[in-house]
Amino acid sequence: MEDLVSAFGLLARVDVLIALLIGSIGGVIIGAIPGVGAAVAIAILLPATFSLEPLVGLTMLLGIYGSSMYGGSIPAILINTPGTAVNALTTYDGYPMTKAGEARRAISLAYSASFFGGVFGILCLILLSPVLAWIAPQFGSREIFLAALLGIILVVLAHRGQIFAAGMLACFGIFLNTIGLEPIKYTQRFTFGQSWLSSGIDLIVVVLGLFALSQAFVLMVGKDDSPKAQPLKGSLFSGMKELFGHKRVATVASSFGVLMGMIPGVGEFTAQFMSYTYAQKTSKKPELFGKGSPEGLIASESANNAVPAAAMIPLLALGIPGEALTAMMLSVFYVHNVIPGPQLFQNDMDFVLALYIAMLVLNVLVLIFLLFSTNLLTKIIQIPTRFLGIVIMVLSFVGVYSLRNSTVDCAIAAGFGVFGLVLKRLNLPVVPIILGMVLGGIMETKLRSSMARVKTPLDFIDRPIAAFLFAIILLVIILHIRTLVIEHRNRQPETDHDLHDTQMR
Amino acid sequence: MLVRIKTLKQLFQRHRRPGNLFFATIFLILSLFLLSQIGNQTVWKSSTKLYAQPALWPIVSLVGMALFALLNWISAWVSPKIAGRWLEVQFWLRSFEYVLWFMAYVYVVPLLGYLPSTVLFAVVLALRVGYRTPKMIAFSVLMAVSVVVVFKSFLQVRVPGGQIYEWLPDFMRSFMLTYF
Repeated sequence: MEDLVSAFGLLARVDVLIALLIGSIGGVIIGAIPGVGAAVAIAILLPATFSLEPLVGLTMLLGIYGSSMYGGSIPAILINTPGTAVNALTTYDGYPMTKAGEARRAISLAYSASFFGGVFGILCLILLSPVLAWIAPQFGSREIFLAALLGIILVVLAHRGQIFAAGMLACFGIFLNTIGLEPIKYTQRFTFGQSWLSSGIDLIVVVLGLFALSQAFVLMVGKDDSPKAQPLKGSLFSGMKELFGHKRVATVASSFGVLMGMIPGVGEFTAQFMSYTYAQKTSKKPELFGKGSPEGLIASESANNAVPAAAMIPLLALGIPGEALTAMMLSVFYVHNVIPGPQLFQNDMDFVLALYIAMLVLNVLVLIFLLFSTNLLTKIIQIPTRFLGIVIMVLSFVGVYSLRNSTVDCAIAAGFGVFGLVLKRLNLPVVPIILGMVLGGIMETKLRSSMARVKTPLDFIDRPIAAFLFAIILLVIILHIRTLVIEHRNRQPETDHDLHDTQMR
Repeated sequence: MLVRIKTLKQLFQRHRRPGNLFFATIFLILSLFLLSQIGNQTVWKSSTKLYAQPALWPIVSLVGMALFALLNWISAWVSPKIAGRWLEVQFWLRSFEYVLWFMAYVYVVPLLGYLPSTVLFAVVLALRVGYRTPKMIAFSVLMAVSVVVVFKSFLQVRVPGGQIYEWLPDFMRSFMLTYF
């Protein structure tokens, strides 16, 4: 209770509230524009938030993360183009509803489902807090090492059909993190005698190159396009009532979102797929799925919006990010010397609670904003893509250059921009590089600190959580091999799809 | 229009695109080159345990990178060729023009100052990508000014003032250096 009062005290400040407002509304707008997305926006804003207090900066970034998917559903429903990658499934039922003259109903339902998923995720996070506060201190160095290793393995295995590429990119990320002067023996690693490599390659520079500059290059080199969306007529308040009629689907979908969000390297896609399959199997009208089913729309939007709150669990409790956006947020913690992990729950519970409350408030703010400004957003969607490329490039400059006014940083970011463009064009994932960089650093530090007490290899897993994590790692690998064998026996013709290409737009 | 996804495998499946073999070859060469440099670019300390060796993680990552890059290359080599490889490589190379624009912007900012450089850069780039109407040029100027006002004037991010500001009258100089 004391922590709760203290948390409200932390939030009751003008700068925090302004950050919350900018983050939530900005996130919706960014999500609504196909071609930007939360990752690009967070990458650009990251250096600017370093000068702000941790809570202010994190509130703004969380606002963008939590609200971008709301905005992303607008173009997904109205013009069949997902605003963010995780709104792709929304096009399946949202766009057919628009074609059937039910755009207003679909948008209203998407907002309501998103709100339900968002709030459900946060409530789960709040309810799980005591468990996290109890379990997190039991994670020592070796447990965190194993959890980070599990995260790397999962992110590689999640890229079906591109596992070799995902593996080499994750290893590339781990390698990037080793470049420079290492802090224990003070030896140079892969600096090739170049002084500018001694301080290593900054994560933010890589993130800005891979996410933001690459997107600017893709948009400017590609053909110009200006999506057109028809304005909506009528009130958007009816969705909540209709959602109530499908509360079972919404609850199950949000639960999948929470479960999948907690597991590093998995996230929105799996949650959405499981929810959608569940909704279709249990529906009275399964034939409507893919042709404008309200239940399909609810399953997709509830699941993806429940993920951000759940994704904060491994980040806050263990200091392990499960995907690119939380990896970026980790750097905000580090810059301010706030180290997420078990100590955070023990010493700064009010800070953690303040983040939860901020996320709740942002969902309310976003819903209110959307109910009154959707038609304005349909105009913003029409920004021509090449102009968007110029905007991203101008913003990327301030992101990279403001770090330490370094021309070299800008050149490195531009290099990673081209690399990111190649990866996006090849349909290869960018996320393993970022997770490799972050988790690689964690693994190196934690292995070193944990091995001092380990005499035989078995000592490494002699604690219950370490043994459990090790068993999970083995299980994941064995199950993957088993699946490969079964699939090889029952080969089916493959259908190409461009679901992952949505990252490019 | 997206193809319907029926299984979890299909959902995560990422399909190859033109240029895949070219990229796989370049990445394999890079991996092998880096791996060959381990002896020169890292140090193996004699009286240090394995887990604390400075070279351990570069070795782990580069061996993993080379192994996966080799498997990726073999997979690309044995897969059916997709038409349009060199067109795709051309697309990649075209992005270097924008790298040059970006670096020009980076070099000009400390000379002309953040506001004038950003306005100039936005307008020139808008003309370059094909926007000729006064409306789009005006939007470019407005966007550039907004970015500078938000980041430099309000958020006070660290972007140095331009050398050109030194020639301004005294009453304007410090104002421009602080806010634009």
